[in-house]
Amino acid sequence: MTMLLFFALAAIAVAGAVSLILQRHPIHSALSLIVVMVALAGLYLLLGAEFISAVQIIVYAGAIMVLFVFVIMLLNAGEEERTNFSRMAAYVGLPLAAVLAAGLVYWTAHEGTGAAAPMQRPATRPLAMLLFQDYLFPFELTSILILVAILGAVVLARREEGRE
Amino acid sequence: MSEFLAQHSLLATSVVKTVIFLILVLTALAYLTWFERKVVAHIQSRWGPYRVGPHGLLQPLADGIKFIMKEDPMPAGVDKFVYLLAPLLAMSVALTALGLIPFGPGTIKLFGRETSLGISDLNLGLLFLFAITSLGVYGVALGGWASNSKYPLLGGLRSSAQMVSYELSLTLSVVGVLLIAGTFSLREIIQSQGGWWHGIPRWNLLAGPAPQILGFFCYFTAAVAETNRAPFDLAEAEQELVGGFHTEYSSMKFAMFFMSEYANMITVSCLATILFFGGWLSPFPASGAWSATRYIPAAVFVICGLTLIWDGIRYTTSSGKIVLPVLGLVLGAVGAMTAMPFAINIIQGPFWFLTKVLFFLFVYVWVRGTLPRLRYDQLMSIGWKLLLPVSLANVLLTSLALVVKNR
Repeated sequence: MTMLLFFALAAIAVAGAVSLILQRHPIHSALSLIVVMVALAGLYLLLGAEFISAVQIIVYAGAIMVLFVFVIMLLNAGEEERTNFSRMAAYVGLPLAAVLAAGLVYWTAHEGTGAAAPMQRPATRPLAMLLFQDYLFPFELTSILILVAILGAVVLARREEGRE
Repeated sequence: MSEFLAQHSLLATSVVKTVIFLILVLTALAYLTWFERKVVAHIQSRWGPYRVGPHGLLQPLADGIKFIMKEDPMPAGVDKFVYLLAPLLAMSVALTALGLIPFGPGTIKLFGRETSLGISDLNLGLLFLFAITSLGVYGVALGGWASNSKYPLLGGLRSSAQMVSYELSLTLSVVGVLLIAGTFSLREIIQSQGGWWHGIPRWNLLAGPAPQILGFFCYFTAAVAETNRAPFDLAEAEQELVGGFHTEYSSMKFAMFFMSEYANMITVSCLATILFFGGWLSPFPASGAWSATRYIPAAVFVICGLTLIWDGIRYTTSSGKIVLPVLGLVLGAVGAMTAMPFAINIIQGPFWFLTKVLFFLFVYVWVRGTLPRLRYDQLMSIGWKLLLPVSLANVLLTSLALVVKNR
């Protein structure tokens, strides 16, 4: 049953990723990406990482992708046109993807992926220990970095005083 | 067959529960529209639906038949796939979220397996609830975009911006409750509110050390905005945007948007009950002379039944003279049954839970009938400049109170 679910979710994720690249309309691409995110959340759930799975949906599918869709809607972006450059990307990209896939297969065949460590349930406590105790400093540093980025965005987007 | 059931009892109970639950919820959604129209009508000194069935009780059925029979045109130039996907997404997300709500403390026996009231019972119930409801915005945004029309696009943009803004305060306002309860499980959050605190029930709203009054204020305001209801229903401000994001939808596709809005209303009302009002816990103690309060559900049913009979006898139409007293008799019989020893304990939880939920649904309609709609900039400044700081302050105050108490 777990195997079946894994392959179903993996197939959905891969199909979503392929569709993300092949779709010509930005909204369809964004929707495909959401499918990938939700399928990944299902895979996390299968591994017993309930918290990560819920957060994956809340943060990626529920917040970041909403902004993607929002911006695409706001700009009313139309279908992408095929240019000489994008055709060229196909000629270079396909062999590159094949090489990457071959490398991945070779690596997993030789090294193995290792068995997933059994998770404690609920896994929120060990995660909180890691984030807020062992790696507190990098965590806070990241927060400040994000805060600076937000401030920068606000400053850039703001109209200057007295200039309507 | 019975062997199969014994082997796959989890699957069987889940399927049976889901089907029963769907039937109940869809009926409740239909009658919620009737309830809303009646309450708003009475607020505005009207009678509301009165023609179809006694007191308009068959109006939801008539509406449903109308939705199904209507022609379903597709506007020119729409993005077909997304146009069809949007109402489906809105509806399925709204119904899935309801499936995470536990409706009572007891268990019932199905196929030889004790099973809880409610479809699923997750460790991280609240987190998954937020995860699922955070996907609800896609139905609105995509529906507005796919219609290939100006007004729906503007409505969709407005309401997705609104939902994203208020989701933040909604989630933050709940953190106080999570700090007190120390768990994400909805069932355990309710159980943590059992008992008494200086003579009042230990519900998160009022009980110390950290009463969640601010949290509840933020939660309820954000929840009204999150479900796109008045006074935050700018997405469908009729005067400026026609119908908002669902202008180009008709027939069952429109009905799906409509039902998802009502399902979301039920979900946030259930959540308000669970998080701040003790869920299924009775407001009365169970011991001593107070144990007579166990008969309140039965008494309420019987009184409602008697009122219906009394009203039915004097009703104007002859069909109403028959239907209403029969309904009253059924209600009275149900009331008598819930006073019996075999049912009295199982009914307590769902009765108090649904009573509180019904109260919140009434408040929803009441607010809609009373308050004028906000302007868009007012809406955004309330969300970002009032609710967000207040809910953050609530988190700080709650943690402070808990730290002081646990010293």
